[in-house]
Amino acid sequence: MGSAPLTIDTEGDTLRIRITGSLTTAALEPVASALDTLTPNTTTILIDLAGVGEFDTGGAWVIGEFRLRMLDQGRNVQLEGASDAQAALLDTVGAHLPMEPAQGVEPRSLSALLERMGKRTVGAWHDSLSILSFFGLTLQRLARALIMPWRLRSAALVTHMEETGLKAVPIVALMGFLIGVVLAFQGATQLKQFGAEVFVVELISISILRELGILLTAIIVAGRSGSAFAASIGSMKVQEEIDAMQTLGLDPVDVLVVPRTLALLMVLPILGFIASMSGLIGGALMSWIDLGVSPGMFMTRLKENTDVWHLLVGVIKAPFFAMTIGVIACWQAMQVRGSSESVGQRTTAAVVQSIFAVIALDALFSIFFSEIGV
Amino acid sequence: MSDTTPQTRTPEREAAIRVRGLKNQFGPQVVHENLDLDVWKGEVLGIVGGSGTGKSVLLRTIVGLNKPAAGSINVLGVDVLNAPESERVTVERNWGVAFQDGALFSSLTVLQNVMAPMREHLKLSDSLMRALGQLKISLVGLPGLACGKYPSELSGGMRKRAALARALALDPQIVFLDEPTAGLDPIGAAAYDDLIGDLQSALGLTVFMVTHDLDSLYAVCNRVAVLAERRVLVEGPIDQMTDVDHPWVQEYFTGPRARAAQKKTHNR
Repeated sequence: MGSAPLTIDTEGDTLRIRITGSLTTAALEPVASALDTLTPNTTTILIDLAGVGEFDTGGAWVIGEFRLRMLDQGRNVQLEGASDAQAALLDTVGAHLPMEPAQGVEPRSLSALLERMGKRTVGAWHDSLSILSFFGLTLQRLARALIMPWRLRSAALVTHMEETGLKAVPIVALMGFLIGVVLAFQGATQLKQFGAEVFVVELISISILRELGILLTAIIVAGRSGSAFAASIGSMKVQEEIDAMQTLGLDPVDVLVVPRTLALLMVLPILGFIASMSGLIGGALMSWIDLGVSPGMFMTRLKENTDVWHLLVGVIKAPFFAMTIGVIACWQAMQVRGSSESVGQRTTAAVVQSIFAVIALDALFSIFFSEIGV
Repeated sequence: MSDTTPQTRTPEREAAIRVRGLKNQFGPQVVHENLDLDVWKGEVLGIVGGSGTGKSVLLRTIVGLNKPAAGSINVLGVDVLNAPESERVTVERNWGVAFQDGALFSSLTVLQNVMAPMREHLKLSDSLMRALGQLKISLVGLPGLACGKYPSELSGGMRKRAALARALALDPQIVFLDEPTAGLDPIGAAAYDDLIGDLQSALGLTVFMVTHDLDSLYAVCNRVAVLAERRVLVEGPIDQMTDVDHPWVQEYFTGPRARAAQKKTHNR
């Protein structure tokens, strides 16, 4: 496709624009910019299309827009040399000109930025309220399920316990083991400088039992199960399955949210415990290899110097983390609107927010426990 | 737009699409065998057939989404199955496909959807593409308000129109439509039929339309091809279909719905 060159010449009070070659969308740019910058000073403008070969809506649009602009300036515009098909196309396109401005396309100005920021802030506030009410609803339904256990969907509960609990054991155990190894190794290098190698036992046991075991488990579960909850419920939302449920008299919270949250509540403490134990094993192994602290000695020091409260502090936090992850993931899933794109966004948000919430909650717990002195 | 180029309604005998000896097979199930079909330039061809006769498969095969087991497909003079990549791209730029449910990109607005093929294939300034995109959206009868909306915010009929706008983005010579009026209310469907007819005559399009809608067949199609028994059983103007001696064709074109549709067009 060759471009369409313009020849412009003035005859008295008439400006003659002769266009030759193909005037198609692909070859539009030179003609469009040439006509755009053209500011004639004659009263009559003649557009000669006799030399135009290929012609499409793009070409018709350029001619139409130019003609409209000239007419607005009070000039006289004539077309000549257009074939029947070209004239018809010009008419068709001309009927849609001038185009109403595209609405809803966000402008990029400072005020628009501020407006967006304001909208987001208000949105965030509404979201917080909504998530709080969803949390309350879930708690109420959980309580009802405990009072009336026959309402509980046991098959779903067991499936989710397997998915979120049993299948997460290998990764959680491996993670715990590696954390133990790393702690022992790093601790040993530092403690050796003081000749206090034997304190590596307390370093490992307290940090893992109190904090790292359960915190890292919660983070892994948030990534694994939080995303799974958000994606599965979110897709159901897109397919209108949730709406279908409601019309059938089934409560989506009872059917979808309660089994998932309850499963997490039950398995997260166990997973945390497994992570802590494998952490201790990893730490003991590394202490033995690197520092020569024998497993027997490790056990003895563990029993003597590590209070059982350290383990309890870790386990107590687990259900709170579980609740946080379950509620955030399910709430995000319920916010999915319309498209599959939205499922992806909400899944990401579910994981990010639940990990953040778990860490923030852990910080609060650590203040709380140190205040009450355990 | 009634005064526009009536000559495009009478097809010149130049094939836009020529299919010969096509065979499609999924496992043991043979969908098409020895299928021949010609689509003439500037005509609207309606493809009909019972469920499972492979109407959509035929469409997908012609546009290259499905590789046939045997046969040749020639689109605008290019053997699309064996052509080198560069020739294929040229042909692809000259056709537009509107899928049944729109298949609009959900992460883009309607305007961005229409601009997507332009961005990919044309070297145009952003403002020009924007204007042309708006023109296409206006041509398919959507309000300017629709430009900034996401597909999920549109009704089914608007999505179909937006899909047509995207199919028209590069000013193709051939447009493929898969069940364009399925799921639309009768008024919306009739408006869509008119739209296709208007655009076809104004832009000189060749339209390949898979449809079940008898009203559409009577309203806009120049010719009809009936798929049955794994091939194109008959093809020709719709008025001749009632003379075909085949039980399915008879039932389809002389049933009560067909008679109603026929009456409607005669009253127009």
